[in-house]
Amino acid sequence: MARVVVNVPAEAKKGEVIEIRTLAGHPMETGFRRTQLGELIPRDIIRTLVCTYNGVEIFRADLHPAIAANPLITFNTVATESGTLEFRWTGDNGYSATQSATIKVV
Amino acid sequence: MNRRGFLLLGVVGVAHAQLPPNIQEIRKKALDEAIRKVVGDAQVRTGKVKLDVPPLIDNGNAVPLSVEVESPMTEADHVKAVHIFTERNPQPYVLTAHLGARAGKARVATRARIADTGAVTAIAQMSDGSFWSDTVRVIVTLSACLEEGLI
Repeated sequence: MARVVVNVPAEAKKGEVIEIRTLAGHPMETGFRRTQLGELIPRDIIRTLVCTYNGVEIFRADLHPAIAANPLITFNTVATESGTLEFRWTGDNGYSATQSATIKVV
Repeated sequence: MNRRGFLLLGVVGVAHAQLPPNIQEIRKKALDEAIRKVVGDAQVRTGKVKLDVPPLIDNGNAVPLSVEVESPMTEADHVKAVHIFTERNPQPYVLTAHLGARAGKARVATRARIADTGAVTAIAQMSDGSFWSDTVRVIVTLSACLEEGLI
């Protein structure tokens, strides 16, 4: 089960720049490591994170093996209107996780 | 060809074949190529970008790094993307973040794996097509990716 956490302020003033923190539980196996028997461990990473704000894409990130395990990504956005932020992670071996958060803009 | 020349050729040939591949050179080429792929023929200038990485890293497996770009973040003038590269990793790519005017503030933070002492570079792609960069040299005591000490 994919475990993800997002941190979005519950309430913000209109036009305020808010910080969004996202964390996904994932080993981010690089594909460069070997087992004790010398076999290469296949790559297994999260490749993209997309964030939409009321259906409009506001942030997208392409991840590579050089991102640490349990990828934490922090970014900003302007609080424009009340609504939902949807986060979607996709990766190797059909990995997919979604999370949403609501924000109230006053 | 006389006998001496022939023997010498053999010695040179063996020496050449046993030289280890110049990994530093290969990494540098890979980094240049990766940056070219993003930038194209445009010129990359230093400035506007602030890459924040601790200069001394105890554990390369999770290095907090953040990139902040000076920009008004309006429709007309904003940061389109932020690219992060490392010099000494098996692959130079770390992260590409696509932003827009709605970001409000051009700041991205994450945690990276850094394999070895070397440079970390952040490149910002502006909406007007210009590129700005910042490079920080870091020292890594425990490297990521290479538990067996292989490079």
